[in-house]
Amino acid sequence: MEYWIRIAILPAAPGGSNRPYSNIPFGIRATESLYYRFANNRRNVRYHRAFFLPEGFQLILTGADIVVNCLKDEGVEYIFGYPGGAALHIYDAIYNQDAVKHILVRHEQGAAHAADGYARATGNPGVVLVTSGPGVTNTVTGLATAHMDSIPMVVITGQVPSGLIGDDAFQEVDTVGVTRPCVKHNFLIKDVNKIAETMKKAFYIASSGRPGPVVVDIPKDITAQKAEYHYPDAVRMRSYQPRTRGHVKMIKKGADLLLTAKRPIIYTGGGAVLADAEESLTRLVDILGYPSTSTLMGLGAIPATNSNFLGMLGMHGTYESNMAMHQCDVMLAVGARFDDRVTGDLSKFSPSARIIHIDIDPSSIGKNVRVEVPIVGDCKSVLEEMVKMLDGRTGDIDRSAIDQWWHTIEKWKSVDSLGYDMSDTVIKPQYVLQKLFEITRGEAYVTSDVGQHQMWAAQYYGFEKPRRWINSGGLGTMGFGLPAAMGVQLAFPDELVVCVTGDASIQMCLQELSTCLQYNLPVKIVNLNNQYMGMVRQWQEFFYDRRYSHSYMDALPDFVKLSESYGHVGFRIEDPKDVEDAIKEAVNMKDRLVFLDVITDPTENVYPMIAAGKGHNEIQLKHSDDILEERELA
Amino acid sequence: MKRVISLLLEHEPGALARVAGLFTARGYNIESLTVAPTEDPSLARMTIVTQGTDAIIEQITKQLNKLVDVVKLRDLTEGRYLGRELMLVKVVANTADQRNDMQRLVDIFRGRVIDVTDSTYTLEMTGNSEKVDAFLEALAQVELIEVVRSGILGIGRGKQALKA
Repeated sequence: MEYWIRIAILPAAPGGSNRPYSNIPFGIRATESLYYRFANNRRNVRYHRAFFLPEGFQLILTGADIVVNCLKDEGVEYIFGYPGGAALHIYDAIYNQDAVKHILVRHEQGAAHAADGYARATGNPGVVLVTSGPGVTNTVTGLATAHMDSIPMVVITGQVPSGLIGDDAFQEVDTVGVTRPCVKHNFLIKDVNKIAETMKKAFYIASSGRPGPVVVDIPKDITAQKAEYHYPDAVRMRSYQPRTRGHVKMIKKGADLLLTAKRPIIYTGGGAVLADAEESLTRLVDILGYPSTSTLMGLGAIPATNSNFLGMLGMHGTYESNMAMHQCDVMLAVGARFDDRVTGDLSKFSPSARIIHIDIDPSSIGKNVRVEVPIVGDCKSVLEEMVKMLDGRTGDIDRSAIDQWWHTIEKWKSVDSLGYDMSDTVIKPQYVLQKLFEITRGEAYVTSDVGQHQMWAAQYYGFEKPRRWINSGGLGTMGFGLPAAMGVQLAFPDELVVCVTGDASIQMCLQELSTCLQYNLPVKIVNLNNQYMGMVRQWQEFFYDRRYSHSYMDALPDFVKLSESYGHVGFRIEDPKDVEDAIKEAVNMKDRLVFLDVITDPTENVYPMIAAGKGHNEIQLKHSDDILEERELA
Repeated sequence: MKRVISLLLEHEPGALARVAGLFTARGYNIESLTVAPTEDPSLARMTIVTQGTDAIIEQITKQLNKLVDVVKLRDLTEGRYLGRELMLVKVVANTADQRNDMQRLVDIFRGRVIDVTDSTYTLEMTGNSEKVDAFLEALAQVELIEVVRSGILGIGRGKQALKA
């Protein structure tokens, strides 16, 4: 096969511009000496506007140029980063091209969360570039966040020159050691010839199987050395071959078990979103007509308005979801990992359930609960297969039992576990989310931080589509919301991106307001300001006899002035009557970042609540001092 | 129950740290761990001895398999296998009586004396862990200077092999 690399080499233009065409490898500048070699030893290549190079031509670039070319050839759109000594060669390579756009954040944690938000919204790996030492340690929170939620990311870190590694050099940290427990994999490149292959592996590992963040650590001297550049089309690794197709026999067994169910529940998690399985999942739910529920991470995979959807389950899930989980006889878990916030006390978890579990990660299956039908594979392909098997067999379902089951569920629903008391004088946070949902028709991209506002957003904002609900579920990272919103807004410049946050969380990555101005990111920030770390306060009220130890946010800034000083628009809303108009006005300011500082009821709690260590049937509702026992309603 | 897990992994810097880190991060027991390169210099072979319920062992093998550097893995205790340990023991051997006794003991256990000084013997013993333990017990009356054990090396019986 004949092998051609198309490159264009420009003469130094009379005007002095030495920018290469955007579709050529970077690192070739007419003003620099060009390193090239033909197999046939023709050495006198004249500069043309563009030409084809014959087989055997070797393109010799610096390590830094190789890194940036890899990103371009991988199709990377944005790279979120912050420069520093060990990364300077790579930054120089970025300067000389414009195919990969660099977004300068104000703190490396912001870079990691922004790339993470980008990845969650698009499904493509988010890319980060930071320097050694503090650059790396500042991204660790972002890495752990992405790792817990299985988000594909490639994080390139500068490292001190190879000769200085281990000498406690300036800005040196053992990057591979520090990041190891919170990444899917990491690399330290010690040879300039290995950069392209390693970058390909990093992208492959990050986005295949159960996705996750991958760190590529590159010493500064390696980015200065030169090597031939060739980006491989694919890599094969003998030690890493994730299985994607589920075992047909197991899928059949799962389908058969589903048909025998009398009290079924379909429980979906973030894995369904990551696998883009929404279509086959919704189809499965529809043809079976079984009740379904979702974890915090899975919201949107089944549209919130689907009549079979019972809302979120778990610690702050709806009464009907948790009760249906508790009393089901057959459970289909799709890309969910039976996290403690979902299961509550494992010994009380779904006592009579026969469990079918679909997950791409074998180690997720059987980790916390015993599974009868394990199906290792990509949720989408497994569900497609399962739908095929079930289509036409739904006549086998015991409809009268299912109707009886739905009848019981309707009774649980009638409890109205998400009901709250409206007020004319003080703004209820739930009301703000309900209005936001109505005004945006459930179609906005909503990012959140961590705490009460996060739970209210999950409860009251009905997501119609997957990848619209962007939050830190596993690690619970305060400060995630704003930078994540930047990543989402860059990916979808014309879409509405809302960051639902609280007065405590927003201050953790507040500096990114500056980044939003620089790149004109018109994010809408809804700050539910109750002058507390609300969720901490709630736990202290329930479990620490109202000793509010350090959960009070004293000396809050004036968020309106603060936004204005960053060049944005800010509104303060204190009257329930103003909420709707303020949200509408903010949404209509399409090209401005608007900070809505909404002063909410400081005493409001998130209900329902299953206290840690309790079972699903021991759920606490707003209007009952006692915990509702299942017998009262069943 | 004691389990012997054998793995082939990429012989790369950091691979050992990934395995060891997994055990500490997830709170698994590790009784012994041995690792060395194989006939293929790009691969290392590791034998891990651990303990736990069946559910924990299942998680350990799944989590190990998930490590990108791990090429192949087998729980040797699920089939028939051979486990061997190497032990070096340095003992006080001043008098002719002590030396004779020591030589006899070593012969009984089919070990070897591999170094002699005017006051010490260094003994080498290989075998399964029970034999090595038994030898140590037999040395109860002897003054030990140093004991070094390799931990178990495991290999499956028959034609089956752990190959990349």
